[in-house]
Amino acid sequence: MNQIPEVIRTIPLEYYLFFSTALFCIGVIGVLTRRNAIVIFMCIELMLNSVNLLLTAFSAYNSDPNGQVFVFFIMAVAAAEVCVGLAIIVMTYRNIRSTDVQLLNYLKW
Amino acid sequence: MQEIVMPSNNEDMALLCLLIPLLPLLGFILNGLGNRKIAKGLVGLIGSATVLASFLITVYLFLDFTANGSKPYVVDFYSWISVGTLQIGFSFLIDQLTLLMMLMVTGIGFLIHVYSAGYMSHDENYGKFFAFINLFMFSMLLLVMGSNYVMMFVGWEGVGLCSYLLIGFWNKNTNYNNAAKKAFIMNRIGDLGFLLGIFLIFITFGSVSYPQVFAEAARYTSIDSPVMIAITLLLFIGAMGKSAQLPLFTWLPDAMAGPTPVSALIHAATMVTAGIYMVLRSNVLYVLAPTTLDVIAYVGLATALVAATIGLAQNDIKKVLAYSTVSQLGYMFLALGVMAFSSSIFHVLTHAFFKALLFLGAGSVIHAMSNEQDIRNMGGLRKYVPVTFLTFLIGTLAISGIPPFAGFFSKDELLAHVYEHDKIMWAFGVLTSFMTAFYMFRLLFLTFFGEFRGTESQRSHLHESPASMTIPLIVLAILSTIGGFLGIPAVFGATHYLGDFLAPIYDFARLANGAAIEPLHLDHATEYMLMAISVGVAIVAIIIAYVMYVSKSTRPAPEGARLSPVHNLIYNKYYIDELYNTIIVRPLMWLSGAFFRFIDLLVVDGIVNGVGKVVMLSGRTLRYAQSGAIGFYILIMVFSIALILFLNFFIG
Repeated sequence: MNQIPEVIRTIPLEYYLFFSTALFCIGVIGVLTRRNAIVIFMCIELMLNSVNLLLTAFSAYNSDPNGQVFVFFIMAVAAAEVCVGLAIIVMTYRNIRSTDVQLLNYLKW
Repeated sequence: MQEIVMPSNNEDMALLCLLIPLLPLLGFILNGLGNRKIAKGLVGLIGSATVLASFLITVYLFLDFTANGSKPYVVDFYSWISVGTLQIGFSFLIDQLTLLMMLMVTGIGFLIHVYSAGYMSHDENYGKFFAFINLFMFSMLLLVMGSNYVMMFVGWEGVGLCSYLLIGFWNKNTNYNNAAKKAFIMNRIGDLGFLLGIFLIFITFGSVSYPQVFAEAARYTSIDSPVMIAITLLLFIGAMGKSAQLPLFTWLPDAMAGPTPVSALIHAATMVTAGIYMVLRSNVLYVLAPTTLDVIAYVGLATALVAATIGLAQNDIKKVLAYSTVSQLGYMFLALGVMAFSSSIFHVLTHAFFKALLFLGAGSVIHAMSNEQDIRNMGGLRKYVPVTFLTFLIGTLAISGIPPFAGFFSKDELLAHVYEHDKIMWAFGVLTSFMTAFYMFRLLFLTFFGEFRGTESQRSHLHESPASMTIPLIVLAILSTIGGFLGIPAVFGATHYLGDFLAPIYDFARLANGAAIEPLHLDHATEYMLMAISVGVAIVAIIIAYVMYVSKSTRPAPEGARLSPVHNLIYNKYYIDELYNTIIVRPLMWLSGAFFRFIDLLVVDGIVNGVGKVVMLSGRTLRYAQSGAIGFYILIMVFSIALILFLNFFIG
């Protein structure tokens, strides 16, 4: 049984880079194009996780555990953030019977 | 050489010296804060008692000073300004000149405070008046006691401020306010000269403290060096403003808008002599610049003549006295110009006595006449106000130079020095003396002799002033009578107390330019002749005035009457005010107007309003970017981040 960092290192670093960039761009495009708040939220999570993936990859390649510890922190904070975010979306739905962010344009001049 | 040493019991002395100016300041604070809250009697008590205390301390200081061999000393309190090599201490210099001025200021000041308690008793701002006049005492004492030019300047500005506040004391009258502003602005012109003089002193001598500057100057060997002429001329410009000399004298007659005690204290006895004090204090610098002394003599003589001629035709009791003050100040500067320094301060002293007396007497007349100041509406008052009449008569005799009153001794000594210096100047001096005697007796005869010319209601109100007003008059009358015996001419074989007392203050000057400071060289016959001429001239003037205004009962022409050209010219004060209005005030107003319209309205307002308008406009345009659509915001954010990364990656 190989160590996990060694397993990670079996794939070249560039692959991770391209993969997380692709994931991140998908997330960004999703945020920009979708109107449903929940989908936007999922896209944000996607962006977060693409970064997490990259952090893990760099951590393994540099033999530095800090990156992985950092990922755990991000996951913990993201979980808390999801709670708050979903609660906001639920409240929005109760108020306007929709999760469409285009309808939420009251805050303008 | 004068040694500046501290007395052995310096701790107590320092405290006493500090108390002298601080007591009137305390009076100012109490009366100023308690205006209309403290009872009138208490206000007058606080105001007068603080000055009386200062006077008594000054007397004690004077006795102590003479008992300890008349050694001048500096009392240091703390270092006030310390910048690089510039060290200015808050300290007092106590010497003969300072003590003389202090005695004069606090003594006459106290009498005038007592007088004010009666004169101002009907005024609603009684407390304010006493507060201001106490503040004046504080500033004036700072002026004469300070041991360096900067402290003198602080006092100088302080008395200027108090003068402004008191001229405009009845500030509901716009004319009075204008007179106050005129006095303030004209004094600022002089102050600029004074300030530049102080700077030049610091540059030349590296110090502004009197002992150091004078010791340094005494080592100066070249007479009439340009820098010395510049310093002395600049200082003299300051003196011109404060002491109302040509061409800056027009503010003093206007300053009569203030209450009469103010005219007596500030605009006759003390503040206006500050210029003479300053020149006298700097005597060592002046003897090194004979050119400046000539300028001073000519300016003084011209002022004395011009003011005396104007005084001949004035009809306002206070205006006559004001022009007489300007004329007498001109005399004092004439004396300084011919290096008769002791005679000048002697005349300052006697003038303080009799001019304060005359002003207070005039105040008493105005009080009796229910605020009437025009002598054409007076006459025959000697029956109604006998004390005022008698004291006023003594003052008039003193100013006219009739022996044995004070003015005779000082004026005679002064004119003898002028005679020795230049006979033509002396002739003009005697002419001025003639006119002085004439207009003063014209004033006296028109006011106190003949028939009463006022209205019936004024006649029924005629009354002698209360004791608080007549007692100062009597004291001043006594001083005007005996004051001259302080300086009896050597020809009578008596001691010139004042001259001997003041001799040490010229030690440095004697060291610097010994030839300049010399006693009188006239033989006795000439001196007797000069005395006879000045007394004779005065008596002739009095007789002419008597014939004109008592025997023939000539009355000054009423307002608007046709006057002969010469009479018209002097009645209108040579149109000097009009001249200043045309060549200085109007162009300045026009320039201010132009600056207001172009610089202020266009440039300054343009910039300030322009900034506001640009912000408004950009805000109005950019508000459309705030659409409220979150997607749009994120899009902008993503593009911006992408742009930053792009720029960072490819360019940075």
